[in-house]
Amino acid sequence: MHAYESEFREPLINGMDKNYTKITDDLVAPTERNSPTWWIATLITGAGTLYFVFCLFWTVWFGIGTWGLNKTIGWAWDITNFVWWIGIGHAGTLISAILLLFRQRYRTGINRAAEAMTIFAVICAGMFPVFHMGRVWDAPFIFPLPNTRGPLWVNFNSPLLWDVFAISTYFSVSVLFWYSGLMPDFATIRDRSKGKLRRWIYNILAFGWQGTAKQWQRFESLALVLAGLSTPLVLSVHTIVSFDFATSVIPGWHTTIFPPYFVAGAIFSGFAMVETLMLITRKVFKLEDYITINHIESMNKIIVLTGSIVGIAYITEMIIAWYSGYLYEQFAFYNRALGKYFWAYAWMMGCNVISPQLYWFKSMRRNVYVTFILSIFVNIGMWFERFVIIVTSLADDFLVSSWAYFSPTWVDWGIYVGSLSLFLFLFLLFARFFPVIAIAEVKSIFRTSSEVAKAERAKAEGATHGGFILRGAFNKD
Amino acid sequence: MAETTLPNKFVVGLWDHEEVYLHAVEHIRHKGIEIYDSLTPFPVHGLEDALGLKETRLHTAGFMFGATGATLALSFMTWVMTTNYPINFGGKPYWPVPSFIPITFEMTVLFAAWGMTLTYLVRNKLWPGRVPRIYDKRTTDDRFALVFNAENLNEAQIAELKEVCRKEGAVEVKDRVFTPDEQL
Repeated sequence: MHAYESEFREPLINGMDKNYTKITDDLVAPTERNSPTWWIATLITGAGTLYFVFCLFWTVWFGIGTWGLNKTIGWAWDITNFVWWIGIGHAGTLISAILLLFRQRYRTGINRAAEAMTIFAVICAGMFPVFHMGRVWDAPFIFPLPNTRGPLWVNFNSPLLWDVFAISTYFSVSVLFWYSGLMPDFATIRDRSKGKLRRWIYNILAFGWQGTAKQWQRFESLALVLAGLSTPLVLSVHTIVSFDFATSVIPGWHTTIFPPYFVAGAIFSGFAMVETLMLITRKVFKLEDYITINHIESMNKIIVLTGSIVGIAYITEMIIAWYSGYLYEQFAFYNRALGKYFWAYAWMMGCNVISPQLYWFKSMRRNVYVTFILSIFVNIGMWFERFVIIVTSLADDFLVSSWAYFSPTWVDWGIYVGSLSLFLFLFLLFARFFPVIAIAEVKSIFRTSSEVAKAERAKAEGATHGGFILRGAFNKD
Repeated sequence: MAETTLPNKFVVGLWDHEEVYLHAVEHIRHKGIEIYDSLTPFPVHGLEDALGLKETRLHTAGFMFGATGATLALSFMTWVMTTNYPINFGGKPYWPVPSFIPITFEMTVLFAAWGMTLTYLVRNKLWPGRVPRIYDKRTTDDRFALVFNAENLNEAQIAELKEVCRKEGAVEVKDRVFTPDEQL
């Protein structure tokens, strides 16, 4: 009945004590205990979120003059943060949709948290362009709403408008995908809970899920089609984000390589953020049997692949600038690497291109500490990538007399750090009340990919193949 | 809270291994016994064939919603740019079809995803606050259940049904009667 899986493939669920009951117990446990650490972390990030709100209020009250922008550099940290957050969001959809289509079983351990991360990252991302408008109350008019001025419609030729559609669609489809997968797991929590109130709340969250054969049949159809829709969607979102720059006439921005380069960068930074969060989550919630070293290694392989794609894109840009014979383009790239922002370029190159190369070594890919540190490096590097593209291209423009330097103000800092707080705050709430690992999906791979199942099969095969048993071969870690 | 139009008396068989369960479903259906419902903690592959369920038409609905989104987006942008308020953007054509592609694509995805999810919720009878019939609490944990309608069965028939389940590897077989004041 089950697809055969090679014995040489490492198990995705470790531990010989596992069965369906144990999986439910282990994965629901984090929602059933109260921890002081959680309260401390939530209060700190909650305070950071309040500071975020305060800085946004300050921005709206006094105008975006409170940011470090100037006449030359009209886009800086705001758009850097926007693109950075959107990029981080991409891993969730990639893990849940693309890995579902490619039948990669290791997705089951990380998809739920990665999808949650997508949603929270897109919430953070959306704040930046909206507040950059200055007059936030006019924000609804980014949509083509009927109005009394003509009616004057939005410009359907503009990539900025495409962005509005891409990101709002991306956000809402991600929520649907995430929530439709959550319902059966909420039902699992409901059916375990003792308290009446808890049962009632989780039943509301579960939408009254039962798990009948027909429900599951429709569930699988929905998941597959949403995955099929989300895959081109996620690629389109970052492609359109890159169009914001690529369709302009600023040297350093108008390059045709942007869409694939941005998408690779987004997957790169998204996987890094998933690793940062999941390494902490797996430790705190004791989920090492479900998010194994094998999972981490698989993610690190994607990181070294996408990091190298990004590296090739950086070098290609340089070569094409030289080859184009276009003076301004050549200057933009020369200035990017060796001008006044050389330090940002060095951070970008060091973190994004050089540091992931460590992952060519298996021992590095399978090292939790190296992975954690590198995942943070990658996120720093990807933030600098956006900063380098946006700010260095604008700072030294066509007229030497208008060259400028960008320095962030306390409001810029507050909004950036505040958005990080908001992200972590939402993630903490999610981790406390929602199942962080997709329970039903982990159970569905139990008979093929768990250590228990592999041992059973090895035993059965061993009996017929002269006692050749591979048991223990995958327990090196 | 049980719905009055539905049968209230059931026999529930519980299995703990999906392969045994799947064979049990096939054998029981082969014997001509009608299965009222089947509940599992996760989607068991091959179960819909074993139960003889028809293929879902949800994806067809998704395609239709998507086509609606694409048509609406294209026709709306065409109407705005050519009829309602034509603006000359730097000498570009009034009907720039390539510019419409990204938004058309996004609207296709948006309509397909929302339409399909809402259809899914309606067809599966899922909504916040719905009180489901829970035959056994462990069916979302570690048990695979088959539910038989026992409304019109006599004692002997029920006993026979239970015996069949046990023979097919059920680890537990029980009666389940829903009362009008059934709580969650």
